[in-house]
Amino acid sequence: MRNALPVLTVLLAIMAIWYAAVAPMNIRVALDQAQRGGAVLQPATALERQEVSVWSLMLRNPAQIKDAYAMERPRLPTPGQVAVELWNTTGDMALSGRAMSKRSLIYHGWITLQSTLWGFALGTTLGILGAVAIVYSRVVDMSLMPWAIISQTVPIVALAPMIIVVASQLGISDRTVPKAIISAYLCYFPVLVGMVKGLRSPAHAQLDLLKTYNASGFQAFLKLRLPASVPYLFTSLKVGIAAALVGTIVGELPTGAISGLGARILIGDQFGTPLAIWAALVAAAVLAGALVTLLDLAQRVTLKRMGMQA
Amino acid sequence: MIRPPAASQYCGQQETTDVTTQPAISAPVISAKGLDLTFQTGDGPVHALRDVSLDINRGDFVSFIGPSGCGKTTFLRVMADLEQPTAGQITVNGTSPEAARKARAYGYVFQAAGLYPWRTIGGNIRLPLEIMGYSRADQDERVKRVMELVELGGFEKKYPWQLSGGMQQRASIARALAFDADLLLMDEPFGALDEIVRDHLNEQLLKLWERTNKTICFVTHSIPEAVYLSTKIVVMSPRPGRITDVIDSPLPRARPLEIRDSPEFIEIAHRVRDGLRAGHAYDD
Repeated sequence: MRNALPVLTVLLAIMAIWYAAVAPMNIRVALDQAQRGGAVLQPATALERQEVSVWSLMLRNPAQIKDAYAMERPRLPTPGQVAVELWNTTGDMALSGRAMSKRSLIYHGWITLQSTLWGFALGTTLGILGAVAIVYSRVVDMSLMPWAIISQTVPIVALAPMIIVVASQLGISDRTVPKAIISAYLCYFPVLVGMVKGLRSPAHAQLDLLKTYNASGFQAFLKLRLPASVPYLFTSLKVGIAAALVGTIVGELPTGAISGLGARILIGDQFGTPLAIWAALVAAAVLAGALVTLLDLAQRVTLKRMGMQA
Repeated sequence: MIRPPAASQYCGQQETTDVTTQPAISAPVISAKGLDLTFQTGDGPVHALRDVSLDINRGDFVSFIGPSGCGKTTFLRVMADLEQPTAGQITVNGTSPEAARKARAYGYVFQAAGLYPWRTIGGNIRLPLEIMGYSRADQDERVKRVMELVELGGFEKKYPWQLSGGMQQRASIARALAFDADLLLMDEPFGALDEIVRDHLNEQLLKLWERTNKTICFVTHSIPEAVYLSTKIVVMSPRPGRITDVIDSPLPRARPLEIRDSPEFIEIAHRVRDGLRAGHAYDD
């Protein structure tokens, strides 16, 4: 609970800035709507208002500021509006038994979560295997590591559509597969780097000690390198799962996806409903937070069981 | 064992050992002849060992003393097959260091205890036994026995971070003893500990040596430690790393701490100090 206060302080500050930003962001549209409703405004027409800054619009039309906080399709919704939208598309639908309806964020979150977990599993496996290969083979270290770094400089938004097209060319109709691949592409790298560091963490004297026992390479791996890498592994898993979620959402953006949080964001953009975008965004953030927290918990339990607390 | 103190540049005992035959009971445990070791570095070659010859007999407690860079640790690592000499011969138990290592002929204690933080003290001592494939029951019995030997009974389930530095080092000695190697190679095992703990551990180590009748090679920086523990003191000096004096200690095997105030003790310590100073003279 000691950690809660600073976090809550930052959260409150973000909320305050957010609320303050709503009025200037929405005032133009709010005034246009008020004009259609017959209100007398300064300046009177939308064309004239184009020339005036939002700050002076707010000063000259104070009565319309409150409209900016209660719009149907706001440019920037208030946190309260986002919360209501989020509740309407999650908890409320769950209570009325429509949790898996196509309009429910629980349904879309579940679609995204599935791809994320597949991608995470795939990326983590590749990352760990790659790290073992890099640590044990100089040739692999010199040939694979530069490519691993280059792979992360390629923008994933450019790569994602290609992966989806190639997957459909190969006759993979299930969208989960290309999404998981994109997700794994982002997720394997932190795991690879963390595990290389972890597997190389034992000191020289530790390896010398095993040599005096005439231990085999496999015994050294199993008894020294692998356990020594566990704290590094968990740290990179936490980075990896967040990256996997981002990868999945990016994979849901292009070419006609209709389900998943990424698709919700795209549809919200195309149909001009920012509230839907914001709700999907918050849902994605909550999902990421939950996944990272779960891994953090697993880390604590594992390290405690291994006796590595100090 | 009555020998005159070796006054020559190198070790006085030049017993002839036939390397090809099995070692007899009286054959030296370690026999080095004309050992050279040169490291190639960016700044040119570093002569870690130059023409080092020494015989170590069964049951000896041999200390290697000298300033940093004199090759004492390198010599120990050559015995352990952790470094390869560039010239000369060395045998351990009558075989090559590599064969001795593969036969698990020695236990090695490093300067840092190096216990695995994810294993209990018992688990750490069990490590070599697991690697060497001892049965579970045998492991349990050995762990219990060596923990008693280093007076750590009852700490089996504790983790390393719950123990003091001195206790951790005792655990690492127990780990080296667990598989009953007759030879114990110790590289400044008490170097990082304070004087009081060090005295106590020295006393315990002597008792342990007496009880187990092992051959011990012990690298140290400390003159009192070397004189107190050893039956043979090897004084070394740097650039190039070489042996400058070998002192066979006239002190009895049973040594109470008070022996350090006796005239014999002070005389040996004096000779060691002289040897160290002579090796250092042209250095600065």
